[in-house]
Amino acid sequence: MEQQYPVLIVIIPMFTAMVLTLAGWFKPAVCQPLAVVGLLGSFLSAVATLLQIGAGEVISYRLGGWEPPFGIEYRVDSLNALVLVMVSLVALLVAIFARKPVEKELGNKISNFYTLFVLLVTGLLGMTITGDAFNLYVLLEIAALTSYALLAMGRGRAYMATFNYVILGTIGACFYLLGVGLLLIKTGSLNMADIGTILPKLVGSETVLVAFGFLMVGVWIKMALFPFHGWLPNAYTYAPTATSCLVAPLMTKVSVYIMLRIMFTVYSADWIFNVIQWKPVVMVLAVVAILMGSFFALAQRDIKRMLTYLIVAEIGYMVGGAWTGTAAGLTGTIYHIMADGLMTVCLFMVIGSVVYRKGKAHFESFKDAFQSMPWTMGALIIGGLSMIGVPPTCGFFSKWYLISGAYQSSDYAFIVALLISSLVNAILFIRIVETAFFSATPSEIPDPHAHHEVDYADSPVSMLIPMWVSALALIAMGLYTGEIVTRWILPILPGGLI
Amino acid sequence: MEWLQINYNYLLVIVLLMIGLWAMIGKNNLVKKCIGMCIFQNAIIMFFISMGVKAGSTIPILNYTKIDGVKTYLTEASMYANPLTQILMLTAIVVGVATLGMALTLVQKIYSEYGTCEEDEILEKLN
Repeated sequence: MEQQYPVLIVIIPMFTAMVLTLAGWFKPAVCQPLAVVGLLGSFLSAVATLLQIGAGEVISYRLGGWEPPFGIEYRVDSLNALVLVMVSLVALLVAIFARKPVEKELGNKISNFYTLFVLLVTGLLGMTITGDAFNLYVLLEIAALTSYALLAMGRGRAYMATFNYVILGTIGACFYLLGVGLLLIKTGSLNMADIGTILPKLVGSETVLVAFGFLMVGVWIKMALFPFHGWLPNAYTYAPTATSCLVAPLMTKVSVYIMLRIMFTVYSADWIFNVIQWKPVVMVLAVVAILMGSFFALAQRDIKRMLTYLIVAEIGYMVGGAWTGTAAGLTGTIYHIMADGLMTVCLFMVIGSVVYRKGKAHFESFKDAFQSMPWTMGALIIGGLSMIGVPPTCGFFSKWYLISGAYQSSDYAFIVALLISSLVNAILFIRIVETAFFSATPSEIPDPHAHHEVDYADSPVSMLIPMWVSALALIAMGLYTGEIVTRWILPILPGGLI
Repeated sequence: MEWLQINYNYLLVIVLLMIGLWAMIGKNNLVKKCIGMCIFQNAIIMFFISMGVKAGSTIPILNYTKIDGVKTYLTEASMYANPLTQILMLTAIVVGVATLGMALTLVQKIYSEYGTCEEDEILEKLN
């Protein structure tokens, strides 16, 4: 049984999706509990896998018993084990959260929604766990296709936004496939670790360089790094609440993980930072992504749209951290994949609750929200503090590692961009908090002696619980930063970094 | 010139990729964008298939000849095209069809919402 945990992570949600299709025909009401059960199984398997892995160990699972370079291999080290736990936890929380918003927004499509939801999670988990480059492409497309369908459920403007995403997402995935094809010509292998052992013998090959270019542009389009970010804000803003809660934290983060895999498992740190001279260009892209994302976020009146621009900025953090070429920067990136996944889902759930109660998420909707939705606003504060980077939360520690990495490699522009972005985040969240807490004029403050009428209408408990679990996870992860970094992140940092 | 004689398949693939990419990004009509996407994906399929071909090889299905009435299987690998790339592209074709279906569904939804498939007219109606 212990040996089967890696495959169970992917198999359980896959079969859940099949069962959901059938169950949806007969009884749509059972869909949400079934999805939660399936994702819980996946989450527990992911945790069990993470705990199995010792320092620097790799678990190799052979699908169908075929030996690695020939058959498909699931390869789990502590990097993707951490990402798997994050993805399955976020998916589980969103599945619990989704019950009420989906009933309200997508009344007659409940069973379709949960089937696609679980299938999307299958794709994301499969992308994270697989050690085979082509298998990754197929799962990437499974995740992409299901997310197109989920995003388009927003109707109206969502159709056009999703269509643009279909076009750009296909270009991204096809570029990735072209890169894999070029590597296949050169190495004759599709197993990522196997390609990694062959590539050092091909120093100076132009094909390998072009393949790297295709792979990188492909994943950059998928993760919406600046100049390729155009599709993201519209697609995520007009999506249904539950969809954006799931897609926004996970799709881009898993793409960042794939970038790390390509950079450090398929290619090597030595080749990337010493042989090719791309680092200055990518650092400029990362810096511009952070600044653009932050300033566009500042200009938005709709809070959901504001958060989508913050995602663009966060992608800049992670790409920049990985490309500093320092151990600290890469540690920051890996840590931030998880931290950002959790804080994005926390904030999107808060916004989702406000939309659920007040209809939309403009600044005006937050007026007096502290009185009517105190618990929701509490989660907003924790998520906001993490975004700004205030110490007990994990947002502070990822920024700390990123900045110290950038300092070691003398990327001062990146440090400045990080600090400006923190400042902008502080302005953004203080603006929301100010509206929510202090917008009542003195005469409106209820008299404690009178029987006052505060329209208390906090989110339903089914929405508050996952929201607060994610908010508390932000603090817990911050408190256990040292353990997470020394036990799981430091042993897998590749050689050849500063 | 000699390089071209050996590698003309890649040149063809590059031309097709460029046509597809141009249609996806430059065209105003959404259906034409879908056509561009189809061309782009098929170019990649041709790229993979042509990389697996060997001179004088046949389809990768185990073949046999009868020598003195005894079945003798031809197990020489150079007789067959590389089956791996063909298997990969079977999957990629399925993915391509699904993506095209998704994109066309969206175009149909957009058409019923705005009454047009021209991108500039839709953007005008949005603002």
